[in-house]
Formats: sequence, structure tokens, C-alpha cells
Amino acid sequence: MTAPRVYQTEAIIIKRTKLGEADRILTLCTPALGKLKAVAKGTRRPQSKLGGHVELLTHSLLMLARGRNLDIITQAQTIDDFLPLKDNLERVSRGLYISELVDSFTAERMEDRRLFNLLLDTLHQLSQAEDGELVLRYFELHLLERLGYRPRLQQCASCGSSLQPAANYFSSSQGGALCHDCAYQEPIARPLSLNALKVLRLWQDSDYATASRVRMKPELSSELEQVLREYIKYLLERQLKSTAWLDKLRQESQQANS
Amino acid sequence: MNIDSTPTAEPIARLIQEFNELPGIGPKSAQRLTYHVLRAPADKADALADAIKAVKEKLSLCSLCLNITDSQPCAICRDEERDHTTICVVEEPIDILSLERTRKYKGLYHVLHGVIAPADGIGPDELKIKDLLSRLNAGQVTEVILATNPNLEGEATAMYLQRLIAPLGIRLTRLARGLPYGGDLEYADDVTLSRALEGRQDM
Ligand SMILES: [Zn+2]
Ligand SMILES: [Zn+2]
Repeated sequence: MTAPRVYQTEAIIIKRTKLGEADRILTLCTPALGKLKAVAKGTRRPQSKLGGHVELLTHSLLMLARGRNLDIITQAQTIDDFLPLKDNLERVSRGLYISELVDSFTAERMEDRRLFNLLLDTLHQLSQAEDGELVLRYFELHLLERLGYRPRLQQCASCGSSLQPAANYFSSSQGGALCHDCAYQEPIARPLSLNALKVLRLWQDSDYATASRVRMKPELSSELEQVLREYIKYLLERQLKSTAWLDKLRQESQQANS
Repeated sequence: MNIDSTPTAEPIARLIQEFNELPGIGPKSAQRLTYHVLRAPADKADALADAIKAVKEKLSLCSLCLNITDSQPCAICRDEERDHTTICVVEEPIDILSLERTRKYKGLYHVLHGVIAPADGIGPDELKIKDLLSRLNAGQVTEVILATNPNLEGEATAMYLQRLIAPLGIRLTRLARGLPYGGDLEYADDVTLSRALEGRQDM
């Protein structure tokens, strides 16, 4: 059986790069086809029929035609444009960050329906949530889980002994929390407060509605951000580019408010 | 002529090589261009060489608006007839050409040389934003028009500039975003339609 020449899929546009005079290459996150790249012709011209239907961070229904190299988008209809996300600088920046995360961690053409749904849910949450940082941490933790990097948080990730209800450690290379004894032999382990451990455990095993009830002080929020950022950097062997922008935005808004 | 079998003079091979490195020029086109130059009168070839040299030697960025120019400051910034109290902020020098073609705008420009694109590692420090702020702080400007592209990065850049410019008490406007001329309502996406509604005008 040969694959049909044209096919239809839902997609979230997570990246786009210019191609030639007026075209773009889009990176799509889809439920059944995983991540894939496709060409959107003429989208940089104002009269393009694809126009805003294939804008970044948009959930659309696409019709594609198989191409020799990349498939070509022939029709597009917006399902959700996430306008409340795009109208706010912090929100849209967080949306771009999770897009970069998904793009960095996934290979092309690997079906992952749950990852698609996680991304879609997260864009909805980012459009409304008061604590956007919490949404990001919850997403990071569950993205890592989908990819097989679920951090071990119940027992020590190295010796398996139960963790004391006190300050412990987190090791990116061991992929989880460490007890005091093991942390001494792991030079890059970082301290992990008891509150941070509790919150990570709760988020790991609860749905978003439950997870979002957590109220964090700025210190705890920043600790969790650092723990997960280091872990992600260790797994990708590089820092994500959009973290610098998130940091700058936050720093400038703190300066403006002080 | 088959240049693979006949020994090619070194200058010819060199020119073919140089043409071949240009975008969109394959080996065959590079050969054709080279032999075209070879057959052309000497003054034609000189004119081409001079034009290429001039682009690199004589052009620089205007010290004020950062447009590409062959004089300092550029012709637009020097023009006393233009309105020096209004600055239109654009992404690229080529956007100035489009706006000038309309002949509707009489103010000055400022070229950012890009937009905020976090995943490409492009933030405010990679753009000509500090230069814009120092022009605004000089005090003569009363209106800034944000003319970044009506797409996600262009909008994000405009929102960021709004934060920086709002405290200066300068009037800030954004180019109207709406339906493209020659476009069709049926194909317009919801974002474009809602922006077009927001920006509607009395008739
Ligand atoms: Zn241990
Ligand atoms: Zn100038």
C-alpha cells in the first residue's frame, strides 16, 4: 500500500525559518506523526492564504502534500490562535521556550500523542495561569517523563536508600535526588531543599489541576527552576537559547518594580 | 566549450570559483557568467568590479538611524525638509524602501537589524535598541511609530520596545494591522480579523 499523496493533520507550529524569497520551513508538532518539517509557500507575503493560520504557537488543521524533500502545506485553518498568550510578552516568551524545549528533545517522525497533548494543554495553561513559572516547571517535569528521563525522587538515585525528610541533594548525572552519603561522592550534586523535593514529588504524580494549587515563594520557585534547568542542560549537553531571554525579561521587570 | 578537458587559465578558473560561491549560482551558471565577463568590453567589466568594490568600501551604517548609507549621516537623516520629531522603527533596511515608496511618511527611521528571536539567541542586546533609546533620550522626538512585522516576533519586539519607551513619555504608535489589500476575508485568520476590527476607522 502506498501512502496517499495528500494528508491532513492537526499541528502546533513550534518553529519557522525563512526559505528563499517568501517561503518558510515550519517545524510542526503533530499527534500521529510526531515532529515534522514542512514548507509553507508564500507565507511572508501579506496576501498569503496560509498567513496567520501557520504562525508560530498556533494550533491548526493542515492539509499537506508529499514533496520530494519536505512536504508542502496546501491549506491551513486555525483551531486555536492562543491570542491571550501572544498579547503578553512574558506569556509569549514562555511559549517560545517550551517550543524550543520540544524541538530540542524530539526526533522527527516519532509518534507521540501524549507529548502533543501535553504541549497543547501547556499552551492553554500559559494563556491563563497567574504563575507562568509553575506551568513551565510542570511542563519540564512531564516532558522529561515522556522522554524517559523521569527524575528519581522517592529513594536516593544512587544507593536506593530512603531519603531523610531534610535537605538532600540533586544530581543531574544520576537523574534524581541523592542522600547525604552519595552526594559526597558526586561532585556536581547540588543541594535540594525539602520543600523543593516535596513539590517535585507532588507535581510528578499529579494532574495539572492539583499541581497548580501549589503556592511558591520566590526562593522556592527559583530553586526548582535551577534544578530542572541544570538537569535539562545536562541531558541536552547545552543550554537552551531562550533561557537567556526569559532571565533578561524577569530581571528587567524586577528592576522596574523595585 | 568543455572546461574540464581544456586547461583553464588561472584567472578564469578563479572567477568561475568566485561566482560559484554566490547564492543560487551553480557551476554551469558560474561558467556562463565568467565567459560573459570575458567577452564584455573592458569598461563594462570595470564597472562591475567597481560596483562590487563600492558596496563594501563606500557603504556603512548611518550613525543615527543605522540604515545602509554612503554618506554620514544618511540622506534621510540629513534632510531638513523631513520631520525630525518622528521616528519609524523598522526591522531591516529594506523595510525603509517599502515605506518610502508610499511617499506618505515624512519622518525619520530607525533600523533594528532584526527582531527578538529567543530560540535563535537573538535578544535586545543583539539589536540596535540602545541606539534607539539614546536617540529618544536626546529629547527632540515626540512620536515613535513601531513598524515591526505583524508576526509573532515582530509583535514581541514591539511589546518589548513599548516597555522601554513608555516611561519616556513619548507618543507611541503601531502600524495598523489588518486585512491585506487584495486579500480575501474568507481566508483571513482570526488574529488578523480581530486586529482589523480593533483598528477599524470611521468612513
Ligand atoms: Zn544514596
Ligand atoms: Zn540615517
